[in-house]
Amino acid sequence: MGASAAGLAAAETLRREGYAGSLTLVGDEPLAPYDRPPLSKQVLAAEWEPERLALRTPDDLAGLDLDLRLGVAATGLQLLGGAVELADGTTLPYDGLILATGVRPRRLPGAGGHVLRTLDDALRLRDRLTPGRRLVVVGAGFLGAEAAAVAWRLGCEVTLLEPAPVPLAHAVGAEVGAMLTRAHLERGVDLRCGTTVTEVTEGGVRLADGELVEADEVLIAIGSLPNTDWLDGSGLAVGDGVVCDEYCEAARNVYAAGDVARWYNPLFGQSMRIEHRTNAAEQGMAAARNLLNPDARKPFAPVPYFWSDQYDMKIRAYGCLRGHDEVTVVAGDLAEGRFVAAYRRGDRVTGALAVGMPPKAIRQWRQAIMTGAGWAGTVPSGRTAEAVPGGAPA
Amino acid sequence: MKVELEADKCVASGQCVLAAMDVFDQDDDGIAILLDEQPAADHLDGVREAVAICPAAAIRLVDQ
Repeated sequence: MGASAAGLAAAETLRREGYAGSLTLVGDEPLAPYDRPPLSKQVLAAEWEPERLALRTPDDLAGLDLDLRLGVAATGLQLLGGAVELADGTTLPYDGLILATGVRPRRLPGAGGHVLRTLDDALRLRDRLTPGRRLVVVGAGFLGAEAAAVAWRLGCEVTLLEPAPVPLAHAVGAEVGAMLTRAHLERGVDLRCGTTVTEVTEGGVRLADGELVEADEVLIAIGSLPNTDWLDGSGLAVGDGVVCDEYCEAARNVYAAGDVARWYNPLFGQSMRIEHRTNAAEQGMAAARNLLNPDARKPFAPVPYFWSDQYDMKIRAYGCLRGHDEVTVVAGDLAEGRFVAAYRRGDRVTGALAVGMPPKAIRQWRQAIMTGAGWAGTVPSGRTAEAVPGGAPA
Repeated sequence: MKVELEADKCVASGQCVLAAMDVFDQDDDGIAILLDEQPAADHLDGVREAVAICPAAAIRLVDQ
């Protein structure tokens, strides 16, 4: 269930690993599987036409011998009987099920405002981003920051409203967050932190203190909600995602993958739900393999990876940055906007974030995260005083 | 089998290098480089993994 990156990866893996039985891929959007990260980048900037987003050619899809059902949402799950109910009234019996229904954008009270999740969303916003137009972006997370950067480049007047003291503080830490803040401000994007929006109004957005920030267009980028409503009453455990074990299994022969899956990642010893493009493919593959090989299942223990393009910055991050105790710049220079920062939680290296650095400089940190390397033996001492935003130093 | 790489789609995740390091590398910007257009049979599983895992769908494995 779900015909985006995770669902497609699962279907391909099932075929590649020898499953020859009937295989149905259901998606609520009318389009064949397409890629979402370019929506807030090349598509919004009108650099790419939508055709470039197709994840597979029609021939590749045909080769999978799928019963591909697009434009139809799932409405219910009969766990005991082993069947999924669809919005068109059909019931699909199954022997194995992979849930990859993704997330939907959170919204604000009030009328209107854009969100950015589907191709339609991106095209609608793209058509409005003409020079001089006033765009207010609510939320300076990765999506909001990327969209703000594109709109700025297109000549819009951009205001970026963020409730936290610096963008992404809880994820990247105060120092890196401050660097991202400077990137916006230096270009004239009006980033206002510590600003809470309460509603979208006719002419802009209303702030918690009553002020009206005027806008021609409003983009709401305040995070996502897992698409699990259709599972209510099914008996599946749902709690900010479909709750799974370390094998991505939610119930017998029912697995989940991608943005909707909350699973136990043994590498970090915690349950997590990850909305990264790379995770969608990796987890779709892992869930498919475990479903297909019940006697040889493997825990899904990835090092998460994401990237973000903002202005001329290529931001890349490995591991878990959230909930860190310490951040240290381990290569390059934060002030120059070329650096690798390592993140510590407890006594381990749990994350790394790089801007403008060659891949080899980052790869060793991915390795350190994957092997659970100790902080003390990995991070050069003497550099640890450079950034200690999130908690006590080591 | 022949590997095709659309470098202008690449998002520099490096997943292909992790999956098949004899076939792919990255330049200094992280963009994937195809080292071996026609990899030997024992590298094909790694290439198929790379095709499946590439977050930009920039790699294809095609019959000649």
